[in-house]
Amino acid sequence: MKLQTFLKGVRDETPLLLAVMPFGVIYGIMALEAGLTRFQAQSMSYIVFGGSSQFVASKLFAESTPWSIIVLTVVMVNLRHLLYSASVAPYLKELPLGWKATLSYLLTDEAYAVTINHYQKRPDDRYGHFYFLGAGLILWLTWQMSTAAGIYLGKMLPSNWPLDFFLPLTFIAILVPSLNNFPAIAVALTAGICSIFFYGFPYKLGLIAAALVGMTTGFIIDMRRRRA
Amino acid sequence: MNVWLVLLLGGIFTYLTRAFFIFLFGLWEIPSWVKEFLRFVPPAVLSALIIPELFVQSGKVFISLENVRLLAGIAAIFTALLTKNTLLTILTGIVFVFIFNTF
Repeated sequence: MKLQTFLKGVRDETPLLLAVMPFGVIYGIMALEAGLTRFQAQSMSYIVFGGSSQFVASKLFAESTPWSIIVLTVVMVNLRHLLYSASVAPYLKELPLGWKATLSYLLTDEAYAVTINHYQKRPDDRYGHFYFLGAGLILWLTWQMSTAAGIYLGKMLPSNWPLDFFLPLTFIAILVPSLNNFPAIAVALTAGICSIFFYGFPYKLGLIAAALVGMTTGFIIDMRRRRA
Repeated sequence: MNVWLVLLLGGIFTYLTRAFFIFLFGLWEIPSWVKEFLRFVPPAVLSALIIPELFVQSGKVFISLENVRLLAGIAAIFTALLTKNTLLTILTGIVFVFIFNTF
C-alpha cells in the first residue's frame, strides 16, 4: 500500500514535469549568465529549491545587487510557502519529526498542488505522506537534472521560446478541475482579480495579499451558508 | 563568497517558511475555523499565480487578441474543463502558445 501510494504520487506529478523541465533549463542558463559558477548554480537548486526565487536571485546577481537585498527578495518571493505549510500541516500532524523535516524540504508549488488535491479527496488516507514523498521526490530529481541540463547544454536552446509560460499551465491543469463548488469558484475569482490589482506590490507580496482576500471571501461565504 | 552567503541564508529562510506551520501545528491543536479557512489555500494561491501570467505583460494589463499567453491560457482552461486531464491541458497550452507565437 505504501509503495502504491508513493507511486501514485509520482504518477500524478509526472505530467507537471513537462513544464518544470524547461523552467529548470532556463534557470540553469540564467544563473550562468548572471556570473554564478556551475557548482553555485546547481547548488542553488538543492539549497533553495524554489524556481521563481532562483530566477529572481539570478537576475539580481546579474545586476550586482547587494547580497542582503537578494536574500530579502528570495525570502519574500518564497513567503507563499507559509500558506502551503499551514494548508498541509493538519494532514501531517501525527508524523514523526524526520518525516516532517523531509516533507517540509519537498514542499514546492508543484508538489503541493497535487498533494493537497490527494489529501482533500482522501483525507483518511493513512499513507498520504507517501504520496507527498513520491510527488516531491520526482519533482526534486527533475529540478536537479533540468538545472544541470541548462548549465551544461543550455546554449543549444532557442532563446525566444516562451518556456516560462509552461508553469502557469500546470497550475491551470490542477486548479480548473478542482473548481466544482460555488465557494471555491468565488475564491479563485476574487484571488485572481485581486492578483492583478496587487501586481505592483513589492517583492511579489501581491500574490499572498490576493490569496488572503480570496480565502477570506470563501470563508465568509461558507459561514453564511451554514447559518442559512 | 557572497553568492554562498545568499544561497545559505536564502535556503535556511525558505526552509523555515516551508516547515513553520508543519511543525507548529504538531505542537498546537488547530482550531476548526482555521482549518475551514485553510481549505481555500489551493484555489486562492493557484488562481493568484495564474491570472497575472495571463493578463499582465511587462507590468501592464494586456487584454488583446495579440496577447498570446492569454489566448493559450484560455485554450488550456477550456481543455481542463472538458477533459479534466492534466497532461492534455498542459500540452494544449504549449501547442497553442507555439502556434500563436509563430503566426
